[in-house]
Amino acid sequence: MRRFSGFNIVSLTLGIAFLYIPMVVLVVYSFNASRLVTVWAGFSTKWYGELLQNEAFLDAAWVTVKVGVFSSTLATVLGTMAAYALIRRGRFAGRTLFSGMIYAPLVMPEVITGLSLLLLFIAIGLDRGVLTIVLAHTTFSMCYVSVVVSSRLVSFDKSLEEAALDLGCTPFQAFRLVTLPIVAPAVMAGWLLAFTLSLDDLVIASFTAGPSATTLPIKVYSSVRLGVSPEINALSTIFIGLVTIGVLIASVVTKRSIAMRTADERVAGG
Amino acid sequence: MTCGCLGRIPQDWCCRHERARGFQPRAFIGRSAVKRAFTVIPYIWLLALFLVPFLIVLKISFSDIAIAIPPYTPTLELSEGWQGVRNFFGGLDFENFVFLTSDDLYWKAYLSSLQIAVVSTLITLAVGLPIAYAMARARDDWRPALLMLVILPFWTSFLIRVYAWMGILSNEGLLNQFLIWSGFITEPLVILNTNVAVYIGIVYTYLPFMILPIYASLERMDPSYVEAAEDLGCSRLSAFWIVTLPLARPGVIAGCFLVFIPAVGEFVIPSLLGGSSTLMIGKVLWEEFFSNRDWPVASAVAIILLLILVIPIILFQRQEVASRETEG
Repeated sequence: MRRFSGFNIVSLTLGIAFLYIPMVVLVVYSFNASRLVTVWAGFSTKWYGELLQNEAFLDAAWVTVKVGVFSSTLATVLGTMAAYALIRRGRFAGRTLFSGMIYAPLVMPEVITGLSLLLLFIAIGLDRGVLTIVLAHTTFSMCYVSVVVSSRLVSFDKSLEEAALDLGCTPFQAFRLVTLPIVAPAVMAGWLLAFTLSLDDLVIASFTAGPSATTLPIKVYSSVRLGVSPEINALSTIFIGLVTIGVLIASVVTKRSIAMRTADERVAGG
Repeated sequence: MTCGCLGRIPQDWCCRHERARGFQPRAFIGRSAVKRAFTVIPYIWLLALFLVPFLIVLKISFSDIAIAIPPYTPTLELSEGWQGVRNFFGGLDFENFVFLTSDDLYWKAYLSSLQIAVVSTLITLAVGLPIAYAMARARDDWRPALLMLVILPFWTSFLIRVYAWMGILSNEGLLNQFLIWSGFITEPLVILNTNVAVYIGIVYTYLPFMILPIYASLERMDPSYVEAAEDLGCSRLSAFWIVTLPLARPGVIAGCFLVFIPAVGEFVIPSLLGGSSTLMIGKVLWEEFFSNRDWPVASAVAIILLLILVIPIILFQRQEVASRETEG
């Protein structure tokens, strides 16, 4: 058994504390009765009430969810295709450019991605709004999806697909019946990642959003620039709560599916 | 095992080897149709929404500002035929790039972005390494929970995590209240709107990117190596230095790049936590575009930023390929 020294306990405790204290502070102060965020004036939920009556925030939240669902779904389809092409197609004309375009957006500074897409939309005369944000978010998040999915594709045995083809499947059936179920957890993870990236994005959305569509991060940024506000604390608390619940559910589901898979494999092996 | 046909890619990605392993011709034809469709659709998408926009930025960086819609000149007038194309290329020049070198705001902003990125990467490493080490040494049944605790902040909003520090670091903020209450200081420290706040913000938001790759490389390490070193007379510290650290090297390098590259072009952190004296190139580009409305200069700033990042990105990719090869 390995030793777990005092130094390790201290660095873990401090590290976790560093990661969580700012968020705990946000959550605690969202229940503060005072508008002055730094002075505690007793427990109150009034900022949640005010938040729910703030039309501008509600509109922005709705736009954000719409953009998130559309862009992450589109990004998942495109990213999965791209991963399949990169891992299973071997050599084809323009492969280097293709893989370059998949990996470049991951390291490209957001200000440049945003600027370039805005200049494109202006050049082709596309009015900025929900559509342009969806296009922009799809483009960068499909690259994340394709990285997540291709790491799963690399690790699974290609002979399963070949067996399906030998047994009379059409190539598309083989993809749908064999490949897709195996990579499904990675596709789901890719969708979640794309959705989170879209919900979270400020910079690219600021460049590609028009007056007709404001997303929640843009709204939050413009009010936060003037200083800390209790409504934003309340909004953050709701967001942190939703994310925590989502991540916990996802982890339980993955744990269960891994357990089921090992059980299946044991049956198949026995 | 890498393949000679395509340079440095794994052999089982290469179709020539695939065929050599007894590929069915019928299946190959049918399969390649699906594969072709799966390539062409995302390919066209990326060409249209990644490569073309990038070329537009490149083109505008060679243009001049104009009071017009769009606010730059020249524009390509295909209606004028060949003369239009010639006028278009004749109107492009390096003026914006010359301007960037002549005004010290820009090169100071580039240098200060690089400096802030380097310093905060080193601090993140110093903070993240002990945490990753402790996680890798923790009991097996604790590790999934610890991993979850490190990943969870990554899923919550980046903007919210930066915002959280505004309330902590301000003059009347919690940190100053705590320090005054405990008697360390009598006057509040000015932290918000300085570079110190920017460092804190970058370290905080990018810490998971440092911890996870280091943890991944340490977790695979066999603890008996350290035990052997200690049995052979190493102190704990020198065992860490001689045995653990070299094994963690790929993770350390990956983590540093994952923090450094996005930190250089960072916009949200300097804009919310930094002050008017905090110069970072992401912020300069934003202001050039949204406040000054000088699109050609903003595009030139973007092109230079990319050129600066190309070197670390290529180094990072080499490192990734090399570490993948040693694993395989």
